Amino acid sequence: MRTLIPALALALASAAPGLAQSYAVTNGRVVTNTDQGIIPNGTVLVRDGSIVAVGTDVTIPVGTEVIDAEGGWITPGLFAPFTQIGLIEVALEGSTTDAGASDSPYSVALDVSDGFNPAGTHIAATRMRGVTRAAIYPSTGHNIFGGQGGLVDTSGDPDSVFESGSFVFADLSQSGAATAGGSRPAAWAYLEAAFNDARGYPGRFSADHEGDALNRYDAQALLPVVRGRVPLVLNIDRAADLRRAIRFQADNAPVQLIIGGGAEAWLVADELAAAGIPVMLDPLRNLPASFDEIAATLHGAQRLHEAGVTIAYTTQTSDGYYNARLITQHAGNAVTNGVAWDQAFRSITLTPAEIYGMGDRYGALATGYAGDVVVWDGDPLEVMSSPVAVLIDGEATEMDSRQTRLRDRYINITDETPFAYRR
Amino acid sequence: MTLKAWMPALAATAAIGLAACSAGSGSDDSGAVSADTDTVRHSLDPYPSTYTPRPSGVTLIQGATVLDGIGGEIENGDVLIENGRISAVGTGLEAPEGATVIDATGRYVTPGVIDIHSHLGAYPSPSVDAHSDGNEATQPVTAEVWVEHSVWPQDPGFDAALAGGVTTLHVLPGSANLFGGRGVTLRNVSGRTVQDMKFPDAPYTLKMACGENPSRVYGNRGQSPATDMGNMAGYRAAWIRASDYRDSWHDYWEAAENGEEADAPTRDLELETLMGVLDGEILIQMHCYRADQMAQVMDMSEEFGYQVTTFHHAVEAYKIPDLLAENGACAAVWADWGGFKMEAYDAVRENLAMTHANGACAMIHSDSDMGIQRLNQEVAKALGDGRRAGLEISDGEAWAWLSSNPAQALGIADQTGSLQPGLRADVVLWSGNPYSTYTRADQVWIDGAMSFDRRDEDEQPVRDFMLGQPGEGDD
Repeated sequence: MRTLIPALALALASAAPGLAQSYAVTNGRVVTNTDQGIIPNGTVLVRDGSIVAVGTDVTIPVGTEVIDAEGGWITPGLFAPFTQIGLIEVALEGSTTDAGASDSPYSVALDVSDGFNPAGTHIAATRMRGVTRAAIYPSTGHNIFGGQGGLVDTSGDPDSVFESGSFVFADLSQSGAATAGGSRPAAWAYLEAAFNDARGYPGRFSADHEGDALNRYDAQALLPVVRGRVPLVLNIDRAADLRRAIRFQADNAPVQLIIGGGAEAWLVADELAAAGIPVMLDPLRNLPASFDEIAATLHGAQRLHEAGVTIAYTTQTSDGYYNARLITQHAGNAVTNGVAWDQAFRSITLTPAEIYGMGDRYGALATGYAGDVVVWDGDPLEVMSSPVAVLIDGEATEMDSRQTRLRDRYINITDETPFAYRR
Repeated sequence: MTLKAWMPALAATAAIGLAACSAGSGSDDSGAVSADTDTVRHSLDPYPSTYTPRPSGVTLIQGATVLDGIGGEIENGDVLIENGRISAVGTGLEAPEGATVIDATGRYVTPGVIDIHSHLGAYPSPSVDAHSDGNEATQPVTAEVWVEHSVWPQDPGFDAALAGGVTTLHVLPGSANLFGGRGVTLRNVSGRTVQDMKFPDAPYTLKMACGENPSRVYGNRGQSPATDMGNMAGYRAAWIRASDYRDSWHDYWEAAENGEEADAPTRDLELETLMGVLDGEILIQMHCYRADQMAQVMDMSEEFGYQVTTFHHAVEAYKIPDLLAENGACAAVWADWGGFKMEAYDAVRENLAMTHANGACAMIHSDSDMGIQRLNQEVAKALGDGRRAGLEISDGEAWAWLSSNPAQALGIADQTGSLQPGLRADVVLWSGNPYSTYTRADQVWIDGAMSFDRRDEDEQPVRDFMLGQPGEGDD
């Protein structure tokens, strides 16, 4: 596969970025995530931003840019379901982060999309590992609600945010309990009170800006959640807390829950499946890192799949802003620990898209889907594999980043050009 | 592109460490030099290892792809284990009578993984307040603390690391302080005490830290160091005191040897450790991210006459492989961590491969109870990225990043880290190519004793903490 790179680089160089263009990605093992399954040697045709044909007998129109995968893999772009890309540039430098706002008077009303920076340097590095879409979530601040999450692509373009207000994030784990006053009962009481504030919006705020738990703006922002139009993502790991969440959903129909975390979800797998609550889990979590996750195990993902729970994979134990790009390694290890390859790959592509109600547009290679296509030099879940081309919305993207520029500056250490003049 | 470029310097370093160590581990060193038995000499090993290898038999692993840890790769290779040691490595080895013969066709055999940067036991799972034992962040110079006094041998993380093929690990204090304290090298075995896990005769190490961590911790308290220059002043002031302390002891011992009347200096735990560094007995393991800071530290080591053995988290090692090689300092790095603070901003995925290929001694490390479980995958990523950047590095060469290079940097390369006759039989049998995501350790031997067997629950250790908990015994 090594010889493929120069050829591909050439092909891409001739494609003027930014112009809507047609691409035929050919001669690769096509993972469709549809009834077509895996096509051993197929072609994906992309035009005007979308996929127009997938198969073995695709006619390539004249003037179409051909990307020859040379026997590599062709897959949908990856969808990272739970990240903070574009919100954090340098985690320990507060001036470069917009993930959370503990000093704000607002909580649910905070829309994380307002802080997304498409010029963040980790975005290109994430894209170069095949991630084309991501959900971004806000960290919690002064109460259990972080605010509203959004959906972004990794093109780096000004219009990268393709949906905002996609979900509301709240923490009901031990850390949420601490924020709420010191116990789980305090956190659940706060959540119930917040829901009542939202249900009463705007009437109960006619005389007063403050509700029992939320102020007027936060209550307004929670209303779509209470009405079941926007899902509520709850950070929960402990089995007992998951059961409490299942009861909360039943008591608060039509609210729609998604679990983030889920270290002990496998202990409650049947109940979660019956309640139709999806879980976003890092399949690598296996240590009793806290008393919320004593039962964490490498077999958790497999057990959840077996029970019929909808699960997407996260990179929680790596991080969500710099190493969301490691999502293929996390998914690959799910396979190592018993999950079928197709299922694991779906958990980082189509399933996350479905969880966010985008499953008819992202996460598969089929006619009508967005032109998010990745060409790999091998099995994408293998740690030694890498993308060689990434298309987003039908456009070829740059395969370099600040990191590759640094690499190229220093790789020939004996070059006599002073380092700062090597560009 | 080859290991050889840095080997001589490193080997010398390691030899110093080992020589010092063997002197230190002798039980009667108090009388080693002076005829005067009243001469004061403090034990260099007051908390000695009580590690005893588990019983082992004769084991022949046959028909594997063998990566020997020092660059070699043998197809259809055999490894013979006898008396807890590697007794032969090659092809077509005869099985001695009574040997357990393992058919490893299609599988890989390597030396056990060595993690040179772990906090297991000192920051154990679960991560509760009572378990925060890794940073004595009460003053910037705490060379007097020893991390082995913090290690909780019931950390379930040890078992998880074993399932990832880790047979030896080096536990360090954290990086809040300029001098964080002594590190300890452990066999990855279960024990009731830390002493049961200590690697016999491994040299002591001293953790130092550059950059943002110490200056943030102490700067936020309005005390020194608050800046990078404050960090350097803090180290240098300590080395000056240590030099005086060493001189006072050396003068005392010399006087005593000459039969002169002399009083022993007052013992100082902090300076005793620093003196050990100046005397070449204790190896410096220094947290340092940036190229320019590593260069300053190497000048400082010249100024005071000691050797930096390894820079840890050396995110910018790729910028100065020549300086590292010149100074005989190794770089221990992650495959792809970065971005979490300014000094990690210039991380590149090719760091390990570039540092190695440009002539310095490099190795992988985890600094993580998660990463330590899959260090083979971390190396695979670095290797894959390095090759894509055009660097020619073989599978066998890259295994040195997981075993022989960390062994050198810990002064135990004559004991473990490679598959060579006479060395401890620390061996991993992998289910396939260990650079694949889908490969796991099938079996792990420590000193020739079966210590982990994925298909036999009786050969899977479970720490006390997990007994009676939900998920007990689940990996």
